[in-house]
Amino acid sequence: MSAHTDITPQATFAETPFTRKKRTQELIAKCFFGGMAALMVIPLIYIIVHVVAQGWQSLSWDFLTTNPRLGGAKGGIWSVIVGTLYIVTFSLCVSAPIGVLAAVYLNEYAKESWFTRIVNLAVVNLAGVPSIVHGLFGLGAFVYAAGMGKSILAASLTLAIMTLPVIIASTKEALAAVPRQFREACWNVGATRWQTIRRIVLPNSISGILTGVILQVSRAAGETAPVMITGVAVFKAVEGTGLFLYDPFREQCMALSMHLYFIATQASNVAPSLPFAIATVMIVLVLAVNATAIAFRSWLRSRKKW
Amino acid sequence: MQYQRSKTGILIERAIELLIRLCGISAILFVFGIFFFVFREGAPFLSKLNFAEFFGSANWNPNSQNHPQYGVLALIVGTFSVTGLAMLIAVPFGLGAAVFVSEFCTGRTKETLKITIELLAAIPSVVWGFIGIGVLSPIMIKYFHATVGVNLLNGAILLALMSVPIMVSIGEDALKAVPDSFREAAIALGATRWQMVWRVLVPAAKNGLLAAVLLGVGRAVGETMAVLMATGQSIRIPHAFTDPVATLTATIAAELGESNRGGDHYQVLFLIGILLFTITFIVNLAADLIVKGVRRK
Amino acid sequence: MVKPKVQIENLRLSYGPKEVIHGISFDIEPNEILGIIGPAQSGKTSLLRCINRTIEFTAGAKPTGTIRVDGEDIAKMRNVYELRRRVGMVAPLPVGLPLSIYDNVAFAPRAAGMKKKSELDTLVEKCLTQAALWDEVKDRLDSLGTKLSGGQQQRLTIARALSHSPEILCLDEFSIAIDPVTTMRIEDVLKVLKKEMTIILVTNLVQQARRLAARTMFLWNGEIIELGPTEQLFGDKPKDKRTYDYVNGIFG
Repeated sequence: MSAHTDITPQATFAETPFTRKKRTQELIAKCFFGGMAALMVIPLIYIIVHVVAQGWQSLSWDFLTTNPRLGGAKGGIWSVIVGTLYIVTFSLCVSAPIGVLAAVYLNEYAKESWFTRIVNLAVVNLAGVPSIVHGLFGLGAFVYAAGMGKSILAASLTLAIMTLPVIIASTKEALAAVPRQFREACWNVGATRWQTIRRIVLPNSISGILTGVILQVSRAAGETAPVMITGVAVFKAVEGTGLFLYDPFREQCMALSMHLYFIATQASNVAPSLPFAIATVMIVLVLAVNATAIAFRSWLRSRKKW
Repeated sequence: MQYQRSKTGILIERAIELLIRLCGISAILFVFGIFFFVFREGAPFLSKLNFAEFFGSANWNPNSQNHPQYGVLALIVGTFSVTGLAMLIAVPFGLGAAVFVSEFCTGRTKETLKITIELLAAIPSVVWGFIGIGVLSPIMIKYFHATVGVNLLNGAILLALMSVPIMVSIGEDALKAVPDSFREAAIALGATRWQMVWRVLVPAAKNGLLAAVLLGVGRAVGETMAVLMATGQSIRIPHAFTDPVATLTATIAAELGESNRGGDHYQVLFLIGILLFTITFIVNLAADLIVKGVRRK
Repeated sequence: MVKPKVQIENLRLSYGPKEVIHGISFDIEPNEILGIIGPAQSGKTSLLRCINRTIEFTAGAKPTGTIRVDGEDIAKMRNVYELRRRVGMVAPLPVGLPLSIYDNVAFAPRAAGMKKKSELDTLVEKCLTQAALWDEVKDRLDSLGTKLSGGQQQRLTIARALSHSPEILCLDEFSIAIDPVTTMRIEDVLKVLKKEMTIILVTNLVQQARRLAARTMFLWNGEIIELGPTEQLFGDKPKDKRTYDYVNGIFG
């Protein structure tokens, strides 16, 4: 009997030229696709390392806690950070509650009809609108039509409308993840819609909702186009390092995103490491917020209740 | 049961439900309001608009005293060339990475890779634009013999890096939606993983993969700051990859500040905004309709 | 003459354009166990959902006709939640709410306004005992209801249904997802509960109707084929030939 026709375990599973060829093909495929994935990860790491390395010279505690001078070319970025904090907080205080409650309405109360379908479609599509168009809307609606002028309020509300559709969409997804049979069990014992939402639906979707909101924090902090035409100034001189109480109806403020844009493109006599430093601060901020959201989401997934 | 809910309890519940309904309606209002207000600022110019010139001419001279011209052809070409080139780079990498994450990766590596890609998506566009100026521009000049470091290719590479994450995310969803029985059947017939992916999974998931690409396109078309900073903002039709260009989005951002409210230039910029809104609306609508089919499985 | 507990008068139900219940009328006597048998898609579940008005949560469902409980038209009742508390419902698939076992059973009374802990404690123990679950869970009332086994979750659902002291208990194929031993235990419970309430038992298991129900109704394609004493339907000479065929497994 030749080796090829032996019916023994060794012979059956022995390596043949065919299986060897298959294994090589597998390996090539794995490397090929893995390479593609790597080619995205590598630029990210390179970019972050390069930016931080270049910006290192300008980064210091002083830099973070003093105000900019000379149009931003000298000094630190304290008031810029404060400004970003203001517009992000204002905007999320508006969009988060409205967005979450609107999603509750759309997912739990609204009767299925052609109208609700159109609204849902509009929400999803609005999430894809270019940021400059949001800026145009803010200009037309808040700055001019509502008479707010270029102000912190106008800029915050513009950001709020920008983050609203995404918060609605992600909240709806979190609500829909709660199985329908839980709601039915509650209705069967005579609970009202709100009682069901309050006792079962919201507590079991709050993790997804919070993650969605946190992710929008970093998005709001990073956007330039919507705020540069509605209320964020290129430079605003402030004294002291308190948490300046701006008049949101009349004053503008500075923000990290706009500051980076200006320093990188239009400022003169600027130390070369300055824009890198600002970019580093932005990257660290954004990564920190997103990493928190992701970690939060992972932790909550591990505590799944069903 | 003899028990009664407290009157205040019932009142509070009614109030909360009213609040919920109000928020729902307000969201609807905002959603349609965007279109309304942008249109309102730009609409007065519609009657004066020469559509042939608007869409067909590359002459953009809004500030000319005697004969202002509003041809946006160069801008349209700018937007689509940057997007097109970006997609040429991003689609193979994005879908390839989606395949890798979905089929060739498990456990820890998969989680880490997915998180990295998610973080890639979080980087603000102004930071990307700055990278275009500060990092890619010297590379352009040194290795690609570009006269100007901020050009079409620069912007396209940035856009590719920015739209890849969403392609990987939706693409991975699409591949996940293909039932395991397909994979098992292919392997049972003796296929290698590569053959299974290429001949079974990709055709099965092609709707979702197409939607992933479309959403990436939507992202790229709508991008403002990165292209403003990295494409050179030069309004002309490009002839080479290393030529500077200008996109619809960037032009609005760049020129809005210098236009007077209510003036022609101002209104035309708003009209360009409507054009952009329409383009991204169509792209996102198409992707959404396809994605709904995928995710419902 | 004892007044019927539930009167169904000319009930019709359509889901959109498709009619699934075609004008049925019948009465349910107090303190009886009424069995409803019939093949799938006959309208049995839809009928139950009309009785406690949860049919209203299904988009496109349009019921017409009248259903009376104790003579009162349920469509005209102002407080629909009160109605749902008078009617207990047990679904085919066991559902443990993602709350503690205690909170699962206390959910309905709390929603109705009961607040005192001592009252809730007593009620929870009573309902879990009635559902034949108390002994198994009395030491772990804090653990999650979703982590119980299928049979335990179904008994938990029954305890939940009992927690609002219903006058009418509807069971919709309750034994589908649980083992025969648990089924037997629940059937013993039902025999005891019948003294306190009226029970509507929808079941796919023809023999279960035979064991428990005094009267049985054969519902097929949204129409009542036969309604009468159980022995008559299961005997040699039911009124309708189709009943004989279904009961003996010739179709369905």
